[in-house]
Amino acid sequence: MVRFEDVATNYGTGPDILHAVSLHLSPGSFHFVSGPSGSGKSSLLRLMYLANRPSNGRMTLFGRDVEGLTRDERAMLRRRIGVVFQDFRLLKHLSVAENVALPLRIAGRREDKIREHVTELLAWVGLADHFDDLPATLSGGQQQRVAIARAVIGQPSLLLADEPTGNVDDRIAVRLLYLFEELNKLGTTVVIATHNQALVSRFSHAVLALGEGTVRVEPPPDSKARDAAEGSMA
Amino acid sequence: MRRRPADVPLAKDVSDRFLPWLVAFMVYFVALAVISATTMHKLVERWDKGLSGQLTVEVPPPGPGVSETERRGRIDRVVQILNRTIGVEEVALYGAEEIAELLEPWLGAGLAEQDLPLPEMIAVTIDTEAPPDLAVLAEQLDEAVPGTLLNDHKRWLGKFLDLARTIQIFAGAIVLLVGSIAVMAVVFVTRTGLSVHREVIEILHLIGAHDPYIARQFQRHALALGLRGGAIGSVFALATILAIGQVLGPVESALPPVLSLSAAEWGLLVLLPIVTAAVAMVTARLTVLGTLTRMP
Repeated sequence: MVRFEDVATNYGTGPDILHAVSLHLSPGSFHFVSGPSGSGKSSLLRLMYLANRPSNGRMTLFGRDVEGLTRDERAMLRRRIGVVFQDFRLLKHLSVAENVALPLRIAGRREDKIREHVTELLAWVGLADHFDDLPATLSGGQQQRVAIARAVIGQPSLLLADEPTGNVDDRIAVRLLYLFEELNKLGTTVVIATHNQALVSRFSHAVLALGEGTVRVEPPPDSKARDAAEGSMA
Repeated sequence: MRRRPADVPLAKDVSDRFLPWLVAFMVYFVALAVISATTMHKLVERWDKGLSGQLTVEVPPPGPGVSETERRGRIDRVVQILNRTIGVEEVALYGAEEIAELLEPWLGAGLAEQDLPLPEMIAVTIDTEAPPDLAVLAEQLDEAVPGTLLNDHKRWLGKFLDLARTIQIFAGAIVLLVGSIAVMAVVFVTRTGLSVHREVIEILHLIGAHDPYIARQFQRHALALGLRGGAIGSVFALATILAIGQVLGPVESALPPVLSLSAAEWGLLVLLPIVTAAVAMVTARLTVLGTLTRMP
């Protein structure tokens, strides 16, 4: 699904944010990306959703080396990736429904199908009453759910979420994580960047721990730690 | 779901207000320039057609003291030469009153009664399929009566043809210039739009939009603005032509085809906004695709 071999990345001519990153995410896996602020969590996700190119090393996505991709091929690969951005990145002039519909519209789906899927998904994330509202009229948590709906509506093979629980309380955060787990059970590979260690500990998934510009893959926490984490979040 | 706005909110840009007027201004000038050129062409063509096959022979007035018999003899010699020339179909001598009428705008009324030495004028119709050798004929006439002139109107018409060609070249230059300015304006507006909406475009890209999808947003907008501006320009051009028609109405008989628009010219007024809008659309598309290709 996703493979990094000694990948480095930087911005412009600046120093490497990440270097010598090697990892492999198999299809259907669930990973957290954790690390302190500025450790490169967002940079790692940006590489995965093809917003940045590796400055060094080799990266393959869905079996394709990203280096040689044409612009059209990159667009086609991005359609297989759902992204929940840290700042949501909703289009302010479009309604909630239109924002959620965007991936399907871009993919050229039929309008009646788009409407059906959007209606269904907005009901699923609890925003059925906000169909025609503009994003600016929603709370941070509601905007986040719109962003999540937009990310999953195309049934992506890979779901990337950057701090998806940053604007919600612990109760909603846990609900969102269950939602991501449901998608994962349907076969979607999920990668969630978060600095919320309690949340990471609560769910039994592998962790890509970032530090000093590189990544260490940690196995899922044991059940004892999980139980303790559940106690601390309850 | 309410009526869907474009993914890239171009309708709120400043260009939405000024570009249609810029296009209208350009279409207005192009329409007037092209119609002026075609009208001039029609005018010259009509004169050329009307005058082809027509010659005028001008026999100078005899000197003082020449008798009426001698004056008639000079005319007869000229008429005889014309009548026996192969290719001449008809010879008609202008009467003194007709000549006076022709000269009235310049010399005033009552010329026929005055004792002014006026030239004799002979209208000659020739066979346009097998015309006589005009150089030889002119030589023969000059020999018969020195100073006799054979006027085939070519010199006079030639100047009008030159003027018509100049106007056509000028109109062509206006079309090229205005077209180039229109293309540059659309390129500028499109690039500005790409810059202003960079964030929206990046989001669309990250969601999976390919470059033609983004380009479609801009080309539709350019098409709409071009059509709107082009229609305004065409309506104003038509109003101007009709207004000129009202002003020049009294002299229209002297300039017959000037103000009657042909089907092709009506077609031009209808097609110009469509062609302009299509040019704007293609320009916007190529600009977006070219610019996005250079983006990471």
